[in-house]
Amino acid sequence: MLRIDCPCCGTRDHSEFRYGGDATVERPACDNPDLDAWYRYVYVRPNPKGLHREYWQHVLGCRQWLVVERDTVTHSIHSVSFSRRQRA
Amino acid sequence: MTPTEKRLASGGYLDRAQVLKFMFDGRQYSGFKGDTLASALLASGISLIGRSFKYHRPRGILSAGAEEPNALVTVGAGARREPNLPATMLELAPGLEAASQNNWPSLRFDVQSVNSLFSPLLSSGFYYKTFMGPSGRAWMFYEHSIRKAAGLGKATMMPDPDVYDSRDDFTDVAVVGSGAAGLSAARAAAQAGARVLLIEQDFEIGGRLLSEPAGAAWLSAMRTELEEMANVRIMRRTTAFGLYDGNTLALIEDADPFAGPAMNAGRKTFTLLHAQSIVFATGAIERPMVFSNNDRPGVMLNSAIRAYVNRYAVLPGRNVVIATADDSAYLTAFDLLAHGARVTIADARPLAEPTLLAKAKQMGAEIHLATNVADVKGKYALTGVVLAGKSGTTGVSCDLVGMSAGWSPVLHLTSHQGVKPVYRPEIDAFVPGQLPETQFVAGAAGGSLSVSAAVTEGTSAGRAAAAVAGKAGAVAEAPALEIEERAGPTTVYKPIFGQRKAFVDFQMDVTLDDIQLARREGYESVEHLKRYTTLGMGTDQGKTSNINALKVMAKLRGISIPEAGTTTFRPPYTPVAVGAVAGRATGHHFRPHRLTPIHDWHTANGAQMLEVGLWMRPWFFEASGPDVNTAYVNEMRHVRSAAGIMDISTLGKIDIQGPDAAAFLDRIYANGFASLKVGRARYGVMLRDDGIVFDDGTTTRLGESRFFMTTSTAKAADVLSWLEFLLDTAWPDLRVSVSSVSDEWAGISVAGPESVKILAAAFPEIDFSNEALPHMGLADGTFKDSPLRIIRLSYSGERAYEIYVGASNGGNAWRHLIDVGATYGLKPYGVEALGALRIEKGHVAGPEIDGRTTLSDLGMGRMVAKRSGYVGEALSRREAFQAANRQRLVGLKCTEPGKRLRGGALLFAPGEPLQGHGRGRMTSITYSPELDCYIGLGLLAADFEGDEVIASYPMKNEAVRARVVSPVFLDPAGERMHG
Repeated sequence: MLRIDCPCCGTRDHSEFRYGGDATVERPACDNPDLDAWYRYVYVRPNPKGLHREYWQHVLGCRQWLVVERDTVTHSIHSVSFSRRQRA
Repeated sequence: MTPTEKRLASGGYLDRAQVLKFMFDGRQYSGFKGDTLASALLASGISLIGRSFKYHRPRGILSAGAEEPNALVTVGAGARREPNLPATMLELAPGLEAASQNNWPSLRFDVQSVNSLFSPLLSSGFYYKTFMGPSGRAWMFYEHSIRKAAGLGKATMMPDPDVYDSRDDFTDVAVVGSGAAGLSAARAAAQAGARVLLIEQDFEIGGRLLSEPAGAAWLSAMRTELEEMANVRIMRRTTAFGLYDGNTLALIEDADPFAGPAMNAGRKTFTLLHAQSIVFATGAIERPMVFSNNDRPGVMLNSAIRAYVNRYAVLPGRNVVIATADDSAYLTAFDLLAHGARVTIADARPLAEPTLLAKAKQMGAEIHLATNVADVKGKYALTGVVLAGKSGTTGVSCDLVGMSAGWSPVLHLTSHQGVKPVYRPEIDAFVPGQLPETQFVAGAAGGSLSVSAAVTEGTSAGRAAAAVAGKAGAVAEAPALEIEERAGPTTVYKPIFGQRKAFVDFQMDVTLDDIQLARREGYESVEHLKRYTTLGMGTDQGKTSNINALKVMAKLRGISIPEAGTTTFRPPYTPVAVGAVAGRATGHHFRPHRLTPIHDWHTANGAQMLEVGLWMRPWFFEASGPDVNTAYVNEMRHVRSAAGIMDISTLGKIDIQGPDAAAFLDRIYANGFASLKVGRARYGVMLRDDGIVFDDGTTTRLGESRFFMTTSTAKAADVLSWLEFLLDTAWPDLRVSVSSVSDEWAGISVAGPESVKILAAAFPEIDFSNEALPHMGLADGTFKDSPLRIIRLSYSGERAYEIYVGASNGGNAWRHLIDVGATYGLKPYGVEALGALRIEKGHVAGPEIDGRTTLSDLGMGRMVAKRSGYVGEALSRREAFQAANRQRLVGLKCTEPGKRLRGGALLFAPGEPLQGHGRGRMTSITYSPELDCYIGLGLLAADFEGDEVIASYPMKNEAVRARVVSPVFLDPAGERMHG
């Protein structure tokens, strides 16, 4: 029952989105052969109580991957932004 | 209609011009529009409504609302039979047919009421203690009879013939409940400028005000005002049954039984209401007292008596004992006295509000203070009560008992999101805890039991709720509501122990004794108590019993009520028809079906269709054989000997463009793509980040910076999303754009030795020679103004072409190929043959790419031996993936004549016991016409030594020998497809 304010399409029901997991973990460079770095990226998650940055894709809308700041206790959403813009 | 003795000559919210006939247990009765089934039965002199859950005790009507635990009936017949509906909430409608429950052969002579004689045996935990025993076998034996004896109504076993609707709705302010508080809140919020949705579970607006004759004028004025406001919507017959994240309320609305038959209207409508703010004005429920035989028909809540007298114009008794621990019961006494009933008041408290006492005396009531009801006489109809006071016990004759042990705010919704209720001793009740800033509570729901407080609190809650939605217009003061006030308890009501058959939970037949037993056996916590005694687990979810049980346990343990705790409230507040939640998404509409552009040809030409994910695909064609097993083998033979045509429009298709497109593909595929020449295609495998194979497909280089990717049908959506994820989150520096073109292109595969002739005849402007269009080559063209893209690819191992054409001409291209191909014996084939052909050729698919296998498991390790920098590389090199005993792809060939292999079979070494998980498993199987035996692909431990396995299929008790061979059963050199 979350409502996500997509910066491209406006406020939409979460059923239009696909959850993409933790947005705080840093993906190693594609040519990084370090097994441990990849292990931490793929498997190690802090599971915080409170504000959490996570990826959501607006699959039934603009298809942009978004970074959503969500409170894991109250499920309230504090911010939504384009992942690409944050990265670029 | 002859007025029955219990119906009052005037008054009530009834339309006496509309006489409604209805059936109860096969007999016809009548009532008025505005009645519930309960009020109409009471008016007709019927007070015995059903039998109880466990002891089959006769039961009547306790309440006048959603909390009703006793008067549960089954409505309708056949496929529309619906059990366990509270008669107190059933709006009397034309043709209503209801029946009592849990009795045989009849309500009055119920055989199993002998259970009552054995009730000392049927105490909490009885069944488990007796029948589970050390072996549990006794339970297996007796369970059927026990389940038949206990229970409520029976649901129909037939499919539901009705339709339901399901929708989303939006509002600024949602107000739940339309009593004094709710109406005031809705009015204030609307005046402030907010869009308001007022939700009322009853078919009549007004809540408890409907039982207050003095509030009628105020109610009528408020209702008119709200109905005239453009920004107010009122939903009657609608229960807000759950509160979810983001102020989402789940509503269930019953259709108006008096509305004309609307076109295709749903019987019930499920709504997800998204509100900026919510006002909970849900009122309070009166609690029963706990005394011997308090469950007899004719024992009611005092508030219910008021509702029947004032709202429904029914006088349920003429000689009434009002038992109370609460001032509000005096209002019931006044109403009864005013209608000429004889009233005896037994007030458990040493003192009551003096003005109330004086008025009761003056009106002629007999009053006993510090007096409790000790027992009730009469089984089917009351004859009297035993009162116990300071001066001993006295018998009093009566035909109706009212009881009141205080009020429980209806705080269920407020706690669905985890807000814990808080105990307030001065009203002896739990109230909602600290709510979020966008939620408000007003009136009795928050513990303010006076009507004037409901108006004041409702008005301020409405104003505050509107402010949350940014609406702050001027709000006029609510009109004054002058009403006799109820003040609440002056002492806390405590149940008296030692009374037999004193029911705490009426619906689940839990008595005072049961709670004492639970406590003796160590089930002290409220949550344990519930599970041990089943208290609160009925369809009423303990609305009248939870607090009383809590008080009993607190007293037994010598602790305070908050220390004893409170149970967690979960949705739904009242039972919800599952069909309504599903709405129209049932059967064929359960989920969308995707149809290819060629679908109509398939269905018109004898294709047996198969659901593949959301897609409908031809399974096999009837012309190939009468059943799938005959047909697919014939279709395979035909592809290998002549040519077959297959609809592959379901494949995922992705257009990839940009200067860095080649570099991008080089990263996302485990095998290299940068070196792929323009006009050539390549098979590619993608890994997940954890090193497991994700999907495979082919990608064709259309130009220097443009590629055309195909994915498996099943993974099309996941692959696209994954590519977008990498570009948006990991590599925003890559200048690449990906776009799904799955629906833009129809796909057709033509495979078999005759395929080249067919294509040459079908598209004469294209050169299909080996030199012009070699294996893995691309040819462009047009077909009827649509773009045409022909890629020479083989999945079956035969010479084959994938023909992609603009979707709008997909059907035309297919028919064109069928027409042209007829000369060469071209025939369609389905997915069963497609899957079988690829097994013969040793191509992996979904059963092998199952989310657990690596490239080297699938025999494709060589593809990446010299590469680096691709997705999944690092973790694919982890130690565990290199283990010598990992299961690897093998071919398996059945060596026992006349026997078959089965998918999912476990593989064992010959001679070893067929136990456990074996050394591997069969992933895909088919009959091979080429080899004239069953063959399969499997995953088998790489350290397995020997060339024969036993394929065990315990479900059919089969064990078949199979030889371990190369997974490529056919044409290992690839001469057929290279041609």
